[in-house]
Amino acid sequence: MTRIPISALVGLVLTGVFFVVAVFGDFFAPYGMAEIVGDVWEPSSSEHWLGTDAIGRDLLSRVIFGGRLTILIATAATILSFTTGSILGFTAATIGGWIDQALSRFVDLIMAIPPLILALVVLSVMPVTPVVLIVVMGLLDSTRVYRLSRAVAVDITVMDYVEVARLRGEGRPWVIFREILPNALSPLVAELGLRFIFAILFISTLSFLGLGVQPPLADWGGIVKENKEGLVYGVAAALVPAIAIAVLAISVNLVADWVLNRTSSLKGSRGA
Amino acid sequence: MSNPVLILVAQRVALGLLLLLAVSVLIFTGTQLLPGDVAQAILGQSATPQALANIRESLGLNDPAHVRYFRWLSGILQGDLGTALTNGQDIATALSQRLRNTLFLAFWAAAISVPSAILLGLIAARYEGRWPDKLISGATLATISLPEFVVGYIVMFLLAVKFRWFASVSIIHPGMDFLERLNAIILPVIVLVLVVLAHMMRMTRATILNVMQSAYIETAEMKGLRPFTIVLLHAFPNAIAPVVNVVMLNLAYLVVGVVVVEVVFVYPGMGQYLVDHVAKRDLPVVQISGLIFASVYIGLNILADVISIMANPRLRHPK
Repeated sequence: MTRIPISALVGLVLTGVFFVVAVFGDFFAPYGMAEIVGDVWEPSSSEHWLGTDAIGRDLLSRVIFGGRLTILIATAATILSFTTGSILGFTAATIGGWIDQALSRFVDLIMAIPPLILALVVLSVMPVTPVVLIVVMGLLDSTRVYRLSRAVAVDITVMDYVEVARLRGEGRPWVIFREILPNALSPLVAELGLRFIFAILFISTLSFLGLGVQPPLADWGGIVKENKEGLVYGVAAALVPAIAIAVLAISVNLVADWVLNRTSSLKGSRGA
Repeated sequence: MSNPVLILVAQRVALGLLLLLAVSVLIFTGTQLLPGDVAQAILGQSATPQALANIRESLGLNDPAHVRYFRWLSGILQGDLGTALTNGQDIATALSQRLRNTLFLAFWAAAISVPSAILLGLIAARYEGRWPDKLISGATLATISLPEFVVGYIVMFLLAVKFRWFASVSIIHPGMDFLERLNAIILPVIVLVLVVLAHMMRMTRATILNVMQSAYIETAEMKGLRPFTIVLLHAFPNAIAPVVNVVMLNLAYLVVGVVVVEVVFVYPGMGQYLVDHVAKRDLPVVQISGLIFASVYIGLNILADVISIMANPRLRHPK
């Protein structure tokens, strides 16, 4: 068991807290998500720890439920982008030829457009529901996972043990899942955290622009949007979900940094 | 055409134009072929079949997709961007003022962030591993973890609401003179600078440190030159190509940042225009704006490559 640096430990604990609160939100939230329980933008009190929002809902409850939605969508999008991206990337690397060329050039094309702009273009014709958001975000982001996993797999496919498996007569699924995947796992895991942060920031930005989660549901970005007018009057309600986004993203980043360092030092020691 | 620089540059530009063409196909087909009906989107769910048929006819939606694509593309090439569905306005007229506003904002953000990022990157490289360096690493972590709108509201809350130094929204109109305009965009410029600065600094630092490993740096050190002179006169000129690349990539990133920051500060630019019309499902406007954003992004990437080709002395002086 190697020692975990303090920063990674802090990140790990905070990330864990966020996930626990997201999963058991009903238990922690003092009020309902859409329950109107007070006046507009009440300051914090013993009843409402963070005060109330733009139409008198308890802000703490709303941020908890919003966090659940943010984390749920981001997690689902990350899982989608990883499965799609890595399977396509491994397939392209093992098959090669024109399939590899076609997939790779298509990914180049998608990545030539900023993801936010492409998402906006797509969302202008699609109905904006959580499922559509997950699919759009997941597929757009899978391009990055594709590039990484293809690059890693290209190095692995030339290894002797892959050759042996092929000569033994194993099929392509075996080669991909039993030979390539286990050896490509550590760089992919390191990338996982970064993609998750990207998904969190992406869904928050879309919702903030009014093109993500639609009211009465709201994720963190949506809660910022709902309360942004208050800022001009000195009501900091909009900053609460904003800070939640920042803290979650920084925590995951601290963990991802540590994983990245570990996996890359592993590689370095083997190469040296 | 024996000059290798010219050939490489021409190749890169041609490739970029090809990419741009492919992007226009992608944006067009993306909005045309995805499930979702334009006519339905305009008229809403309660539209009668007759009304739907009429609007399809008037928009030319009954023609095959490739005919519509070439009509759209040739229109753009002739400067005819079509009309907005929601208000029937000519898109080119509405866009030109907004594009100018956005470029004004992006120009100042770039003009401030690029020199300061390079300077701070040089400082960080000079004091590698000491506190100025660590401060920069910390700041980078913070800014890559914050979405642009969060930075925007924190800056707005502190500078406009708490200290009341600046106005919280950036209203800009044609009658304003240069200084008034500049004053109006201070906050969005600060936010955009914060968003790209840390990343640019860190990458500059990394490329400089990379060059600092070279033997001629050791020679310079042994000549007894001052550390900052070495960084500035010996390391930096050889790091120009990668630094320019970093700068361009970050400027391309500004393209996205600008969309969000304009919405935060209610600034009448391209980003706000795009977001508004996505919500209204106004396809012609979304397609054109998307294409413009993508072209700027691709253009900056081409420029980055061209500059690094030209900055490479091995290509500049062919044997």
